[in-house]
Amino acid sequence: MSWMFLRDLLTGVNKYSTGIGRIWLAVVFVFRLLVYMVAAEHVWKDEQKEFECNVKQPGCENVCFDHFFPISQVRLWALQLIMVSMPSLLVVLHVAYHEGREKRHRKSQYVSPGMMDGDLWYTYLISLIVKTGFEIGFLVLFYKLYDGFGVPYLMKCDLKPCPNTVDCFISKPTEKTIFILFLVIISCLCIVLNFIELSFLVLKCLIKCCVQKYSKSLQSSACECHNLRYVECGEMGTPPLLQNRHSNLATSSPHQDKTKLLFDTQEG
Amino acid sequence: MDWGTLHTFIGGVNKHSTSIGKVWITVIFIFRVMILVVAAQEVWGDEQEDFVCNTLQPGCKNVCYDHFFPVSHIRLWALQLIFVSTPALLVAMHVAYYRHETARKFRRGEKRNEFKDLEDIKKQKVRIEGSLWWTYTSSIFFRIIFEASFMYVFYFLYNGYHLPWVLKCGIDPCPNLVDCFISRPTEKTVFTIFMISASVICMLLNVAELCYLLLKVCFRRSKRTQTQRNHPNHTLKESKQNEMNELISDSGQNAITGFPS
Repeated sequence: MSWMFLRDLLTGVNKYSTGIGRIWLAVVFVFRLLVYMVAAEHVWKDEQKEFECNVKQPGCENVCFDHFFPISQVRLWALQLIMVSMPSLLVVLHVAYHEGREKRHRKSQYVSPGMMDGDLWYTYLISLIVKTGFEIGFLVLFYKLYDGFGVPYLMKCDLKPCPNTVDCFISKPTEKTIFILFLVIISCLCIVLNFIELSFLVLKCLIKCCVQKYSKSLQSSACECHNLRYVECGEMGTPPLLQNRHSNLATSSPHQDKTKLLFDTQEG
Repeated sequence: MDWGTLHTFIGGVNKHSTSIGKVWITVIFIFRVMILVVAAQEVWGDEQEDFVCNTLQPGCKNVCYDHFFPVSHIRLWALQLIFVSTPALLVAMHVAYYRHETARKFRRGEKRNEFKDLEDIKKQKVRIEGSLWWTYTSSIFFRIIFEASFMYVFYFLYNGYHLPWVLKCGIDPCPNLVDCFISRPTEKTVFTIFMISASVICMLLNVAELCYLLLKVCFRRSKRTQTQRNHPNHTLKESKQNEMNELISDSGQNAITGFPS
C-alpha cells in the first residue's frame, strides 16, 4: 500500500467530477502529492539526527525535540493529503452502490459519466464541504502547533533533564520554511477552488430549478391552447399567433428538444 | 507516486505536440528527470551529514549549512521540473475539454458524418489550430518564463554555478570565522553544469517552437490573403452567373404558373 493506491482511487473520481473538480485533482496530484514525494519527504529525512542542542546532558535533545515537534511537519502534510482526498471516496462509493443497483434492476441511472443528478449531486456537495473543512482545519492546526508557518533556526529549551536554558538548532530551517509556505499557498488555492466549485454547483441547481418552474408553467398554458386548437381550427394548421409563441419557446427554453418536437408536430 | 506519473500526464500531450515539442519532452525526461533520479540524488544524498565545519561548537554546522544552502540543489531542480512540465497540463486539459464537447455533440447526433463512434473521437489527433493554438503558445511562453526564473534563482542563491570546496562562516553561535567543507564539490559542480546546460537546451527548443508556431500562422494567413487576391475576378464572375441563372429560372417558373414573383 502506497501513494499509488490513493492515486488510483482518486482517478476514479475524475469521471464524475465537474471541470473545476478535475483542476482540483490535477493541483493535488502535481503540486501536493508529487512535490511531497520527490522533494519534501527528503528535506525532513534526518530532522532528529541533525537537531542539535548546545549541551552534553543525555536526554536533553530528545525532550526538546519532542516538545518543539510533537508531530513532524512532513507527517502532518501527509495526513492532510490523505484526509483531504478521502471525501472524494464518498462519490466513488455512491456511484459503485448505484451501479450495483442498476445491474440488479437492469436500468441505467446515469446517462453518461460527468452527469450529476439527484443523490449524486448531494453526495458531491457534502464531499466538497467536508474537503474544505479538512483543509481549513489542518491549516489552523499547523499554525497553532508551530506558532506560525516559519521554522526558526534556533529554539531555547529549559525542560528537564536540561540543566538550564539551552540553545537548540534545527536542521535546514530555511528550506523547511520554503516548503511549508509552498504547502500553505497550494492549500489556500485548493480552498478557493472548492469554494468556486461549491458556488457553481449551487447556482447551477438554482437556475435549473427556476427555469424548470418557468417552462412547466408555459407548457401547461401551451397544452391548454393545443387542446383549444383541435377544437376550433381542426387540421388546417396553427394560427400565426400560436406559431410565433412556439418559436419563442424553442429559442428560450432549456428543454429545447421537447419544444422543438412540439413545433415540428404542429407544422406537420 | 513519482516521476513516472508525471511522465504519464505529459506523455499524453506528446500526441498533440509539434515535432520540436516531442523533442523537448524527450530531453526533459531523459536528460533531466532521469539524471536527477539516477545520479543527482546519490551525489547530494549525504550533503548535510558530510558537511563539516572546523569547530566543535554545537549548532555552528547547522547554521552555516542553512546559510549557504537555503534550498538544496536537487530540491530546486525537482521544483523546476514540476513547474516547467505543468503548462503542458493546460494543453492536455484543453484537448480533454474539446473531446468532451465533441462527444456531447456526437451523442446529440450532430457530428455523425465526421466520426464513426466515440472511440474514433478519442483516437483523433487534435490539430493545433484556433483556441488550442493560443493555449499551446501560452504554455510554451510560461515554460520559458519558468526555466529562466529558476536559472536566475540558482545563480542568485549560489553566487554562480560553481561549488567551492571550502566556505568561511562566522554566524552566531560559531565562535569565530570557521572553515566549512562541502562534500564532493567537483562532482556536484559537474552535475550542476550538466543540468544547467540541459535547461538552456530546453529553453532554446521552446523558443524555436514558439517561432515555428508564429511563422506557421503568419504563413497560413498570407497564403489565405494571396488566394483571395488571385481569384477575386473568378468569384465575381461566378456570383454574376448565379444571379443570371436565378433570374432565368424565376422567369421560367412565372411563365408556367402565370403569377409574378
